Amino acid sequence: MLTIIDYGVGNLTSIKNMLRKGGYHDAIISNKESDIAAAEKLILPGVGHFDYGMGQLRQSGFFEILNKRVLVDKVPILGICLGAQLLTEGSEEGESPGLGWIKGRTVRFRPEKMNTTLKVPHMGWGEIEMSKQSSLLQDLPDSPRFYFVHSYHLQCNNEEDELASCKYGYTFTASVERDNIIGVQFHPEKSHKFGLQLLSNFINKY
Amino acid sequence: MLAKRIIPCLDIKDGRTVKGVNFVNLRDAGDPVELGAIYSEKGADELVFLDITATHEKRKTLAALARDIAKHLNIPFTIGGGIKSLEDVDVLLESGADKISINSAAVRNPQLIEDLALNFGSQFVVLAVDAKQVDGEWVVHLNGGRLPTERRLLEWVKEAENRGAGEILFTSMDHDGTKAGFANEALAMVSENLSIPVIASGGAGTMEHFYDVFTEGKADAGLAASIFHFQEIEIADLKGYLKDKGVSVRG
Repeated sequence: MLTIIDYGVGNLTSIKNMLRKGGYHDAIISNKESDIAAAEKLILPGVGHFDYGMGQLRQSGFFEILNKRVLVDKVPILGICLGAQLLTEGSEEGESPGLGWIKGRTVRFRPEKMNTTLKVPHMGWGEIEMSKQSSLLQDLPDSPRFYFVHSYHLQCNNEEDELASCKYGYTFTASVERDNIIGVQFHPEKSHKFGLQLLSNFINKY
Repeated sequence: MLAKRIIPCLDIKDGRTVKGVNFVNLRDAGDPVELGAIYSEKGADELVFLDITATHEKRKTLAALARDIAKHLNIPFTIGGGIKSLEDVDVLLESGADKISINSAAVRNPQLIEDLALNFGSQFVVLAVDAKQVDGEWVVHLNGGRLPTERRLLEWVKEAENRGAGEILFTSMDHDGTKAGFANEALAMVSENLSIPVIASGGAGTMEHFYDVFTEGKADAGLAASIFHFQEIEIADLKGYLKDKGVSVRG
C-alpha cells in the first residue's frame, strides 16, 4: 500500500489519478496516522508556504510517525514540490525548521545570479539533467521536461544528494535522493508521460 | 530554457464544448474532457476551460467539470467562468483544478485577487483580462467584452500583479477571431512591465503568428481555440515549426 499523506496542503487527487493511470490502484489519500504506519511507500505532496506546510505536519501529529517510518523503517518516501522542500533543514520562505532529512536548505531564486532577469515563479516545462544514476529516472529520454511551479528551490549541502538539476537563469537542484528519501521540485503528476514514468518507477523499483 | 507553452482553450456551455469542434475520429466532439485528453496526447502543454453557462448552479457544474477533467488529464489545467468568491475557488481546488481564472469579478472587487493569492497561493490565480483599443488606449472590458470600464490595460495588470496574481491571460478583443496574428505590441508592453508570465490570446491564425507572439510579443504562452478545434494547425506540427525556428518548446 502507498499512502499519499493528506496534511491539508494542496491538491492530492491528481497524484492518485496519475498512479491509477500507471495501473497502480493501491494508493490511498489519508490523514490517518495508522495509514502512515502501515504504508510500504509514502508520498508527501504539497503546494504553498513552507511554514504553513510544516505547521500542518506538526498539527496533524505526523511528525514522530514520519520520522520513525522514514529514518528507522527506511520506507521509501517521495516529496513533491513543497513536499520536497520540507525534506530540507529549513527555508528562506519562513522560520520553521524543516524535516531535516536532506542536509541543506530551500532558498529563493536569485535574480542577481541570472545573466538575464527571468520571471519568478519559475512556471512551466523545464528540462532536467540527471546528476547521478537512479532507478527513479530510468526509461526516460535525455533532458526530459517536467512541469514546475515554484519560487524557491532546494540547495543541498552534499553534492551527492542531488539527483537532477534544472537550468533557470542558473542551475538549481530539481531533485534529491538519499537512501530511501527522494524529493522532486517539479510535479510528476502533471507532467504527462514522463511524469507517469517517474511515478511508475517509484512504485515498481523501490 | 523554459519551454514556451501552447494552450488550447475550450469554451463550455451546459457541460458541452461550444464554438464548434471539428475533429475526425472523435466519438463525441462536444465532450470537453475527451477533447482535452486528445489535446494532451497531441502535445498541448496546458489547457484552459472556460464555462460560459449562466446558471444558479454554477458552482456545482464547474466543480463537477473540474473533477472530471482532473481524473482524465495529466497536464495542468485552468478553469474559469463566473468565479466570484473564495468559496467558488475552494470547491474547484478540492475538485482538482490546478489554476483558476478570474476576470470581471476581479475588476469589480480587486481585493478578491489578494484573498485568493493568500488562501491558495499566487500560482493558483490567473487574471484574465479582455481589452480593446479605444482612441489609442487599451481599455479593459467586462462581461465577455461587452462592457467598457475605466480601467486601462497596463495599469490594471500591474495592480493585479501587485495584489498577487500569478499569471496574466490577456485577450485582445481587436484581434480575437481575426486569425490575423496576436496583439504583439500590447503583449510586449504587458510582458516587459510584469514579472509574472503572460498568456497571449486572440488572433492566432498561422504557425508564424505563434513565432511572432513568442519573439515580438514576448509572451510566455500562446492560447488559441478554433485553429486547434478545426485542425487547421496540429500542435505537433506547430511545435516542430517553432523548434526549427529556435523557439524552446516541449516535445
